Amino acid sequence: MNTAPLILIALTTLATAAVAMAGRNLIHSALLLVASWAGIAAFYLWAAAEFVAFAQILIYVGGVSMVVLFAVLLTRNSRAELAISTDSFSRAIAALLAGGAVFGILVGAILRTPLTGSTRSPAAFNVRTLGLELMGTHAAALLIIGIILTVALLGAVVLAAPEPPEDAP
Amino acid sequence: MNLSPLHFCLLFSSGLFCIGLIGALSRRNAILVLLGIELMLNAANLNFIAFWRFSPNPENGHGILFVVFSIAVAAAEAAVGLALVISIYRHQKNIRLPEATRLKG
Repeated sequence: MNTAPLILIALTTLATAAVAMAGRNLIHSALLLVASWAGIAAFYLWAAAEFVAFAQILIYVGGVSMVVLFAVLLTRNSRAELAISTDSFSRAIAALLAGGAVFGILVGAILRTPLTGSTRSPAAFNVRTLGLELMGTHAAALLIIGIILTVALLGAVVLAAPEPPEDAP
Repeated sequence: MNLSPLHFCLLFSSGLFCIGLIGALSRRNAILVLLGIELMLNAANLNFIAFWRFSPNPENGHGILFVVFSIAVAAAEAAVGLALVISIYRHQKNIRLPEATRLKG
């Protein structure tokens, strides 16, 4: 299997994500993360998971990014507020140490594991089979996820709604 | 050393996870912390797809099914998280996390 597109996708995604996390401007961070999420969708396409790739584009690139942008614009006080004040230096060093340690452990474990990986084509699993699986074997899980989404979105509306004034009838 | 494509996928996802982790730990802005958590969730989904793609029998599609449900939960989490951010902003007029020390009032 050709790994050149994978490395290109990985480098683009990691670079945009890193710049977004290190950035000083919230709007720039949100827009860079859109690029990062699109890169992840490209990885899903590379891995022949087309349905997940389009779900990723619809939900993250289309939905979550808009919600994030609205949250950014609703929670700023002034134009200058968009440029975030410098975070504390010791906190950043501690986070870098912790993240670097986790990364080192993960990379060490991955590189020392002999993973051959079969390269059988998953062509037999298309969207039709996925739909049949979701409606057949996993119908209960689909219903539960629907209930979770409904409850979570109702809860989000209740949390974000302004409190009524005290003397309301 | 001979690296298979699965190795590259796993390295990619661990890199993404650690970027999200460092972001979530180091930033003080609530929205950026949430975005770091979203990145970590995406890295987990990436692992599901990688192991599904290179599994001996990808016909059963368990990895894809898991990712579909995981994305749905992540979307719910993002909505609730950003509603919490707006609620914090209403109480203290900014979204800096170290200042959010009161649960009520």
